[in-house]
Amino acid sequence: MASKTFIDAIRETLADEMRRDPSVIVLGEDVGKKGGVFLATDGLWAEFGEDRVIDTPLTESMIVGTSIGAAVNGLRPVCEIQFADFIFPAFNQIVSEAARMRYRSNNGYGVPMTIRAPYGGGVHGALYHSQSVEAFFTHVPGLKVVVPSTPYDAKGLLRSSIRDPDPVIFFEHKKMYRSVRGDVPDTDYTVPLGRAAITHPGTQLTVVAYGLMAHYALEAADRVAEEGISVEVVDLRTLRPLDTETLLDSVRKTGKCLIVYEDNRFGGYGAEVAAIVAEEAFDYLDGPITRVAGPDVPGVPYNHVLEEWFMVNPEKIADGIRALAAY
Amino acid sequence: MAVTKRRESHPGEPYGLSDVDLIEMYRLVALARAVDERMWILNRAGRIPFVISGQGHEGAQVGIAWPLRRGHDWIAPFYRSIATCLTFGMSPRDIMTAQYATAADPSSGGRQMPGHYGSPAHNIVSVSSPVATQLLHAVGIALAAKIRRTGQVALTTMGEGSSNQGDVHEGLNFAAIHKLPFVFVVENNGYAISVPAAMQLSVADVADRAAGYGIPGVVVDGADVLACYAASRDAVARARAGDGPTLIEAKVTRLTAHSSDDQQTKYRSAEELVAERGHDALPRFREELREAGVLTDETEARLAAEIKAAVDDATEYAETQPDPDPATATRYVYAETSEGSGASAPSEASR
Repeated sequence: MASKTFIDAIRETLADEMRRDPSVIVLGEDVGKKGGVFLATDGLWAEFGEDRVIDTPLTESMIVGTSIGAAVNGLRPVCEIQFADFIFPAFNQIVSEAARMRYRSNNGYGVPMTIRAPYGGGVHGALYHSQSVEAFFTHVPGLKVVVPSTPYDAKGLLRSSIRDPDPVIFFEHKKMYRSVRGDVPDTDYTVPLGRAAITHPGTQLTVVAYGLMAHYALEAADRVAEEGISVEVVDLRTLRPLDTETLLDSVRKTGKCLIVYEDNRFGGYGAEVAAIVAEEAFDYLDGPITRVAGPDVPGVPYNHVLEEWFMVNPEKIADGIRALAAY
Repeated sequence: MAVTKRRESHPGEPYGLSDVDLIEMYRLVALARAVDERMWILNRAGRIPFVISGQGHEGAQVGIAWPLRRGHDWIAPFYRSIATCLTFGMSPRDIMTAQYATAADPSSGGRQMPGHYGSPAHNIVSVSSPVATQLLHAVGIALAAKIRRTGQVALTTMGEGSSNQGDVHEGLNFAAIHKLPFVFVVENNGYAISVPAAMQLSVADVADRAAGYGIPGVVVDGADVLACYAASRDAVARARAGDGPTLIEAKVTRLTAHSSDDQQTKYRSAEELVAERGHDALPRFREELREAGVLTDETEARLAAEIKAAVDDATEYAETQPDPDPATATRYVYAETSEGSGASAPSEASR
């Protein structure tokens, strides 16, 4: 089994799916000859041609809105928003149109479309190349939201997303593109949407995380293990639909729940996780549900000292674990 | 040998339209008006809560939809597109069940406000309320048609108020770059609810903007059904030939308030409203066909009876259809049968 980078897994999956299914097309800014600003689509234009790998103008609403139409007329578009920070011009098309098309047409129309978007900070991207925007979309029924953390999951989940009959937003933490490696089989496996993974079994405390934070949670779990704290890490992988079963099973076992996310703390995705745990596992809790999350400032600042201040890291998570474990 | 009545002229001949075509086009204009008028009566009688109307647009809508191939080409309509939808294959029952929001409403099963039509059976894209979003869907449909080599043309239509949205610029630019089989129709009735065109548009005609995309922009009298037909026929032919999109601006009138919740006398003068009646395609097309001998007293009487029967039938049908079952309100947030392996785990269905 080959070890691959996160971005290699994504690029290979796009190529595999385009070979497997002629209805799959890729469109976005610089996705063609250049192969994307992160090279996630490198080689696709050469192999599949300009009909199926389309360099678009700088028009995010058009990228998504046109993908909706193409999906309605028999294609499976995989569109790229160059940075998740730039997804907002397409918000209306995603939320008012893609998410609601099946419901409002009483199952008359569906939108089998995948929107890929690099997100996250820690890469000197400042306010507009660092954002975590998942909470805006996990709020919306009709959308599926996926945030993989390993090359294996990236491949299996991207396959499932492209093959899914409904719109999927697929967030890729850009810091992981080349810093995360992992084993990826050459088989046509899939990872189903809506299934979390226990990536570190433990007994005393559950840490819930996704994306880059799922890695940091593992590092933190290793650190506190030396101090005798046994942590179970739940990597959600899909934020919507949420695998409440795996989440609640873990919390009922450990009795404590810490949620980690990089986005601003207030109203972030972890707030919903906390509410579900409070509603459905209250009797099992031995401490408050707590969060380690990004501070409530409007963006990740550029200066490296300020950026480090903003970013959640393994030590901040370990501190959160220690505080909750001591409760 | 049948005795043919002496004919003054053959209005369809320059367009390649037969008398049968013309009578059917007239029937659709008149049918759309009759359905629409019934909607207002039902609203004022307290039977349906809301009406959004297409009165004054019907001639342009029928003329423009006519050259498209039903069941093959696509239309992404807007909330005034009653005549467009009827021309493209929806029935008066389909329109009326939407007004009553019954379970049998094929557009949305009673989920959407009236006027938000859609029909997969007829390649009519589901309408939403944020305006101009549908232009991008039609452009995407045209993109798929080009990639899949289906020979389909996609047409979208909206008011001139909607035409100011950013999606219009983004979509026209892309459609023009790729010479997509796409037709953009603006039904300019002079008002975006209460705001007159002079305060919405910096140019005299929306069609002027076509030059910015390097595509033809055509202004046509929306009360002239055959002129609308000709403009659309040329645009559809151009699209199908791979020569790219066309912008057609039909100057129409809005004979009613914006909706049943609007009072247009607050912002339109009585004189203006009277004058607008003179720009109505329905009497004009009727006279044109009568003068040409295409529409005889006999034919007109037959059509009137048929239309009344169809509207009565649609009303009675919609009146008796059941409301949607609240137990179905959680259905179709997502697909219920998975395609491939992307299925959601059943336990999370409610999240």
